[in-house]
Amino acid sequence: MDLLLRGITHRYGATEVLSDIDLAVGEGEIVCIIGPSGCGKSTLLRFIGGLERPDEGEVLLSGPVPAGSLNPLTYVFQDFALLPWRSVEANVSLVLEDHAMSGREREEIIADVLARTGLSEFRKALPRQLSGGMKQRVAIARALSVRPAVMLMDEPLSALDSQTRELLMDDLVDLWQRERFTACYVTHNLAEAVRLGHRIVVLSRRPGRIRRIVEIDRDLGDRGPGDSELDAVQRELWQLLRDEARAADREIADGVA
Amino acid sequence: MASLEGSQAAGPALNDAGGGAASATDGVLRPVPYRGGGFRPVPVRFVGLFVFVALIALWEAGSRSGVISNLVLPAPSEAFEAFRYLVESGQLWRHLSASLQRLVIGWTLGMSLGVAVGLMIGLFSLARAGVLPLVSALFPIPKIALLPLFVIWFGIGEGSKVATILFGSFFPTVIATYGGVDNVDRTLVRMGQSFGLSWWSIVRKIILPGAMPAILSGCRISASIAIILLVAAEMIGAEYGVGAYILMAGSLFATDQLLAGVAILSVLGLVVSWLIGKAEAWLLGWRG
Repeated sequence: MDLLLRGITHRYGATEVLSDIDLAVGEGEIVCIIGPSGCGKSTLLRFIGGLERPDEGEVLLSGPVPAGSLNPLTYVFQDFALLPWRSVEANVSLVLEDHAMSGREREEIIADVLARTGLSEFRKALPRQLSGGMKQRVAIARALSVRPAVMLMDEPLSALDSQTRELLMDDLVDLWQRERFTACYVTHNLAEAVRLGHRIVVLSRRPGRIRRIVEIDRDLGDRGPGDSELDAVQRELWQLLRDEARAADREIADGVA
Repeated sequence: MASLEGSQAAGPALNDAGGGAASATDGVLRPVPYRGGGFRPVPVRFVGLFVFVALIALWEAGSRSGVISNLVLPAPSEAFEAFRYLVESGQLWRHLSASLQRLVIGWTLGMSLGVAVGLMIGLFSLARAGVLPLVSALFPIPKIALLPLFVIWFGIGEGSKVATILFGSFFPTVIATYGGVDNVDRTLVRMGQSFGLSWWSIVRKIILPGAMPAILSGCRISASIAIILLVAAEMIGAEYGVGAYILMAGSLFATDQLLAGVAILSVLGLVVSWLIGKAEAWLLGWRG
């Protein structure tokens, strides 16, 4: 299933936050969206998943929804969004309970996704007992359980410390190599973008426009920290963003989130 | 290893520097004063019980020695004697069961309706716009002032007493519940929507548990209000009930019985608060 964005423009009050975004996300591709803070990248992701509606433009799906996908467009949130009163397995179970399936099937799916994310021994733990990295793994397991066609990841690693972030990036790479999932990955971290993105969409400062789309041909598995080619891409991205980031930093917020 | 040695070498050098700074004043090394204490209550066992027992003992001693006149305040032992008579004559159960029945029915109904209306206000803009001003207008009315009206509406029997308790516990529950719903983390709701959960699932599995801490603290408040209103309602035209017993004792100047009645209320309040504490531990165990 492919994803197509056409002429997305959006305003909050008088402030234009996104301007004429055209983008296509192909199957099995990770598209990273980067940009200075307040450029509307998270808003864009909410449009893609249908949590908000743009003023102009449309988000289109092409091709059939993969068989067995319970929730084709599935989010992974920055702050994990786990229910604190539910255990790890119950948090995964939550998103399956509204779908018609037997208890056994549900059990099997839960056991499967927990095994795939290395959480099997934490089934009964409550979110507060887990580290940030583990919480995000639970959120990823929950997302996998509904067999998404496209994963919408809203700064999934930004709330984690840098070591945990490295570990989870490796996990995501492993996961992609096994499952070839499609993803829109919003981040402000350039290292994440060059590590995980097949294509990197650079948005400008508010109103967000697509400034450039950088393609990285290298297989995800071959990328690692300290790779000079990736470092060069990252430097290039930073050159693009630096002035914008500085200007965005000096902006006075006027009630626009 | 080399770096370790290096840091050891740096140690004394640092100390020297510190000493040098200190010697600028008086040449003595002083520990940094600790400033971080206090503002953190720690549980101290048995002190509460000790204060309670000591106070009763002092009171008893005062009564026996004649410092406290029997007319002003009966001795604890006398109040206990009155309580024992109440138990032995079988009157205790009669009064208590009448009171408990009113309390349980009135409070349960008030709580359930309150949670329902609070949820409506929290979930539906129309209900919020329409009902919330009404709730705000009716909440501050002392419900006991409405008792005569309730007597006309629901009769002098159980109806008016239950209604008083019901209304008294309804309003705080409404306010606690809709406040709790408002405070549920919106990202959790958004998560539920993003996974395609049904509206009812979101309410039942995300909003209601999320509002539960607020609902339970509303529970505590409404339970105390219910006990206060129970006694007040029973003081107006009830044959049995702890409030009726206290009123009767008061009008006979049987202060020992009056104190026994008050002690029963106090224990009732403690039991209710203990039960709510149990409910909190059970329902909010996830907070740790």
